[in-house]
Amino acid sequence: MTERMEKRFAALKAEGRPALVTYFMGGDPDFDTSLAIMKALPGAGADVIELGMPFSDPMADGPAIQLAGQRALAGGQTLEKTLDMARRFRESDQDTPIVMMGYYNPIYVYGVDRFLQTALEAGIDGLIVVDLPAEMDDELCVPALEKGINFIRLATPTTDEKRLPKVLENTSGFVYYVSMNGITGSALPDPSLIGGAVARIKKHTELPVCVGFGVKTAEHARLIGANADGVVVGTAIVAQVAGSLNAKGEATADTVESVVTFVRGLASGVKAARMAAAE
Amino acid sequence: MNETPKPNTFRSGPDEDGRFGIYGGRFVAETLMPLILDLENEWEKAKKDPEFQAELKALGKHYIGRPSPLYYAERLTEHLGGAKIYFKREELNHTGSHKINNCIGQILLAKRMGKTRIIAETGAGQHGVASATVAARFGFPCVVYMGATDVERQAPNVFRMKLLGAEVKPVTSGHGTLKDAMNEALRDWVTNVDDTYYLIGTAAGPHPYPELVRDFQAVIGQETREQILEAEGKLPDMVIAAVGGGSNAIGIFHPFLDDEGVQIVGVEAGGKGLSGEEHCASITAGAPGVLHGNRTYLLQDRDGQIKEGHSISAGLDYPGIGPEHSWLADSGRAEYVPIMDDEALEAFQLLTKLEGIIPALEPAHAIAEVIKRAPKMRKDQVIVMNLSGRGDKDIFTVGKILGMGLGENA
Ligand SMILES: Cc1ncc(COP(=O)(O)O)c(C=O)c1O
Repeated sequence: MTERMEKRFAALKAEGRPALVTYFMGGDPDFDTSLAIMKALPGAGADVIELGMPFSDPMADGPAIQLAGQRALAGGQTLEKTLDMARRFRESDQDTPIVMMGYYNPIYVYGVDRFLQTALEAGIDGLIVVDLPAEMDDELCVPALEKGINFIRLATPTTDEKRLPKVLENTSGFVYYVSMNGITGSALPDPSLIGGAVARIKKHTELPVCVGFGVKTAEHARLIGANADGVVVGTAIVAQVAGSLNAKGEATADTVESVVTFVRGLASGVKAARMAAAE
Repeated sequence: MNETPKPNTFRSGPDEDGRFGIYGGRFVAETLMPLILDLENEWEKAKKDPEFQAELKALGKHYIGRPSPLYYAERLTEHLGGAKIYFKREELNHTGSHKINNCIGQILLAKRMGKTRIIAETGAGQHGVASATVAARFGFPCVVYMGATDVERQAPNVFRMKLLGAEVKPVTSGHGTLKDAMNEALRDWVTNVDDTYYLIGTAAGPHPYPELVRDFQAVIGQETREQILEAEGKLPDMVIAAVGGGSNAIGIFHPFLDDEGVQIVGVEAGGKGLSGEEHCASITAGAPGVLHGNRTYLLQDRDGQIKEGHSISAGLDYPGIGPEHSWLADSGRAEYVPIMDDEALEAFQLLTKLEGIIPALEPAHAIAEVIKRAPKMRKDQVIVMNLSGRGDKDIFTVGKILGMGLGENA
């Protein structure tokens, strides 16, 4: 396995705080702006980067991420370019783990072996592929693990005790707990219920458990982070990009800065998480 | 085409993982995985439950009006001067198409599973109407997702669904057609996992949908087999059906798959021609990929982004096809050919004038293929075509294209 992920979670554990995992859409609204956002994320406080791969039919995403994907595709983004974005990022950052997140078809069409080889060379540490459940592990999960790339699986409220071991079996890097039954961008459910769900998963695995879907503010990040190894924020970051664009949908001087400012706020929430828990 | 070895039987699929060769499967988000496993369990039980089968049969007879007739199209046969042409009259079913066969089956499953809310996607609105109908009949609230473009071009069906008490939600994402409606239905399902049953309208989607939709539609082929043996004393030489997602086609094909002498032809929407982007010929002009829970032939670009198809008929306007058809195409058992918008339109008019049957634009594609094939066949040969739906919903679309004013909404 690439080592960046394990090292990063170990360091955070030593620091006594949860990870801030930030999702953004590769190529939104254009390649250069998006790369600039990616490069600025670690400095703003992101511990792990989720690099979104745009897809024409994002069945598990709400309107914000759907539109981000459409902007990226309209801007000419392809899987090849998303991989290139990671490679360019790695030129100046050797430590921040990168997880590519998206849907299977572009990877399948690119060719699984070719994709994994290119991803490894580009410095990718993990994959989250929404439409590949444990039942489909032979497609990409097993080949990825053999290559040394983590395969991070989503566990959801519908993943019951009986199913959890199957879901966790080939999972590596971390477990992504989806806080609710729903699509990205929905409202955050009661944070007090999430602690119990994370504890339930932790009974079955040593891996860090990060929680996402519905986390939109520093306060959410603080509340959720109190009981998890990491907090994932996506829609709210993508919304910062959308909010900064001009009437033609193009990036402005504010685009990168608004994301950075927002992520800084989230980072402060994550840093306060354990203090809150200790209170 | 991808090469696959020739199996002993073409009727044993899918395997336990829901695969037909490399096609099919269960490509869904984890949230939905337990739901489709539940459905598979319930379906396995229902299949073997005599009470379930009896209820299905009784509703088929008294509610849908089965068996549907097998009709010898004498004047069309004379006009074309070749093979004898028979129509399997699915357009005479309650609600006007084959879609009701599947809806009755699935609503009984939903009831067995204790679900209390039905969602469905629709293109032409025929499946939406059939879903709204069974929801009314069994007392379920029903939400139908329909692309905004289709809401406009299939207005009569939208009104029908509303009358039946369903809520029609226009989908504006993408191009506002069937693919986008299916995305939105999946988003609803992932959000409402406890009470909601997703009533998929075609033989596609994650396992077990392609199998169970096929099995509910296979009544078409089973009846056809008996009826043609009675009428002609032999099996047909050719079976033809239009393919959108592929449910009416697999329904009539499946019982004939192991009869070597029966040639099987699926007709895809060739739209404005295969050289451009405006068609829906997934097998003829697409490539294998993964969408909506299954691997199958898809219209897509080199980056794996799904393209928006085009067809004059909303019911064929889908960039994919059921996985069993992809497998049948690769194995060579069935042949898939495109028919263009204008050919379908001509066939629509010809059938109306010669036989006094106004077909839906979907089976009009199959008729156009019959028109091409029959004259090249001997007079003692027999073609059976699945007349999957009636054309009442399409008269405004056709009127507009032919320049026959039908009022403001035309
Ligand atoms: C009358 C009719 N035939 C065919 C179709 C295409 O669907 P399928 O390929 O699933 O039969 C439709 C879809 O709306 C339809 O309404």
